[in-house]
Amino acid sequence: MEATILEARSISKYFHDPVTTQVLTDINFKLNKGEFASIIGKSGCGKSTLLYILSTMDTDYEGEVWIDGIGMKNKKDEELASVRNAKIGFVFQFHYLLNELSVLDNVMMPGLKLGHFSEKEIEQRAYEKLKVLGIQNEALKRPTQLSGGQKQRVAIARALINDPVIIMGDEPTGNLDKKNSEIVFNIFQELAEVYNQSLLIVTHDNEFAARTNRIIEMEDGKIIH
Amino acid sequence: MKVKLITKVSRSFLLARWKQTLVAALGVTFSITMFIALLSFMAGLNDMLDGLILNRTPHIRLYNEILPSKIQPIDQSQQFKNHHNFVSSIKPKNIRLEIYNNAAVINALKKDARVSGVAPKIIAQVFYNVGVIDVTGIINGIDVEAENKLFLFSDYVTEGNFMDLKNIPNSIILGKGAAEKMLAQIGDNIQVTTTKGERMQLKVVGFYQSGIQDIDKVQSYASISTTQKLLGESSSYITDIQIKLNDMLLAPALSEEYAQLFDVEAIDIQKANAQFETGSSVRTLISYAVGITLLIVAGFGIYNILNMMIYEKMDSIAILKATGFSGKDVNAIFITIALTIGIFGGILGLVLGYGLSALIDQIPFNTDSLPTVKTYPINYNPQFYMIGAIFSIVTTYLAGYFPSRKASKIDPVIIIRGK
Repeated sequence: MEATILEARSISKYFHDPVTTQVLTDINFKLNKGEFASIIGKSGCGKSTLLYILSTMDTDYEGEVWIDGIGMKNKKDEELASVRNAKIGFVFQFHYLLNELSVLDNVMMPGLKLGHFSEKEIEQRAYEKLKVLGIQNEALKRPTQLSGGQKQRVAIARALINDPVIIMGDEPTGNLDKKNSEIVFNIFQELAEVYNQSLLIVTHDNEFAARTNRIIEMEDGKIIH
Repeated sequence: MKVKLITKVSRSFLLARWKQTLVAALGVTFSITMFIALLSFMAGLNDMLDGLILNRTPHIRLYNEILPSKIQPIDQSQQFKNHHNFVSSIKPKNIRLEIYNNAAVINALKKDARVSGVAPKIIAQVFYNVGVIDVTGIINGIDVEAENKLFLFSDYVTEGNFMDLKNIPNSIILGKGAAEKMLAQIGDNIQVTTTKGERMQLKVVGFYQSGIQDIDKVQSYASISTTQKLLGESSSYITDIQIKLNDMLLAPALSEEYAQLFDVEAIDIQKANAQFETGSSVRTLISYAVGITLLIVAGFGIYNILNMMIYEKMDSIAILKATGFSGKDVNAIFITIALTIGIFGGILGLVLGYGLSALIDQIPFNTDSLPTVKTYPINYNPQFYMIGAIFSIVTTYLAGYFPSRKASKIDPVIIIRGK
């Protein structure tokens, strides 16, 4: 059995504005290394909220999150930032690339922030990642010169640059057409199978979810399946 | 490594809105330019106005004055020591206005290390005889060379050669106003009468213009020997000793010391011209206030632009935070942006400020009252440039501080969810 890399222990979350409502109730689950899991559920069931808690970006919750064997409770803003930097890769519905920097610089940025390698090595690694995703020829272009599918692949390359223990995605195919969605899915699948990469993807695309290894279904802030 | 990364991101943000950045930087440039130009001009003007008086005023003047005795006989009486004495109609005693043993006094002063120069002088009350009319006036008997060295005498001689005063016997340099009254030309002979009734013919060799009309109407200059002859006094007769010090601020203390030592009256420049210092400091204060106001306004401009930039770049900030940039890093990015605007705008402002000062320095400024001044005066004091540089950095830092703090507190979740 593979090691647990992400664990949620009885997570509950309330929104206080305008009235206190409970959005997550006692969420418990574990994700093992190399697992390709998807979270599905209807709009407003709390799946994105859960993802933000698991990704350490939201700190206002009850319960505990463990990433790679480390508890995230009571960590400072800066410590959480470095956890996100080193251990988590993000792919969002929108690509969020910095338009003023080249594709290569965008991919290199989290690597430069981590600073485990020299700039030359990071550049080398960025090229490798872009190559895996089949967009190495676009490296020196600006993000504005790329198509939507290409941008999303750049975002994935950026998520991979620090060899994270887990990649988290929030509707990563939500903005893409059928063809590009297919490409992105195939990339995720390849990452999981060939590189033993763990992935946790929030989606409402049931077709997408059906092809992943594991489906976590949510309803009204609870895991029902 | 980290510094390089932050610089890179800051640069990309700056270039993304380069027009706004430029406007913000120009705001700083403008305010620093005006700050430098204003202070340089104001200081130049102050120096000029002060010079008007200070150049021609000795730091300490030694003289004798007809005064009632400070200690009256009744004060020395033991019998009435504890009484309140009033004796009415006290008269001053008759003393000579001459400074006794003045050659020795001048020698002693010249040896004093605190003294930078000494010039003897005779002040003689006269009447200029213009036809049947007598106009009151004062003839200053001066040691021409010493007077020129200490009080830039030649600067104020607008026509004629000041050295003629020494070289031509019985010569006079008339005040411009006095000359106009007498319709005197250079080369004319005029007649003066002393208070004792002595008459003398003097040859006009030049005109003197101080810039202060009341003085020019009354005062004229002659050499010491001419004045002594006019007054019928011996060649040792001197009424005033003018002293310039190396450090003007010592004047009040030294004037007391010399009054005691040489048993004469002494007045220092601070006492004689207190109002000038007050005027200068108030003018300086006002120019600083205006300059600093300009900088603060520029600071608000930067604050606004950074605030706007943060709203525009919220997505980028969010993604930076999601991918591992901490609040501190984001803070550093925006502070870097603010300081970049401040430093570049500031440097340009210093250069343009110098340029504007140099330009003002070229503008003609001719006025009768200021014969030596041909263009607007400018003081190129490096201190203004230092203050400008420091202030531009401090204000932009403060202007960047609050927006960056706001940016560093942006929660990535809210933005990403908002899409």
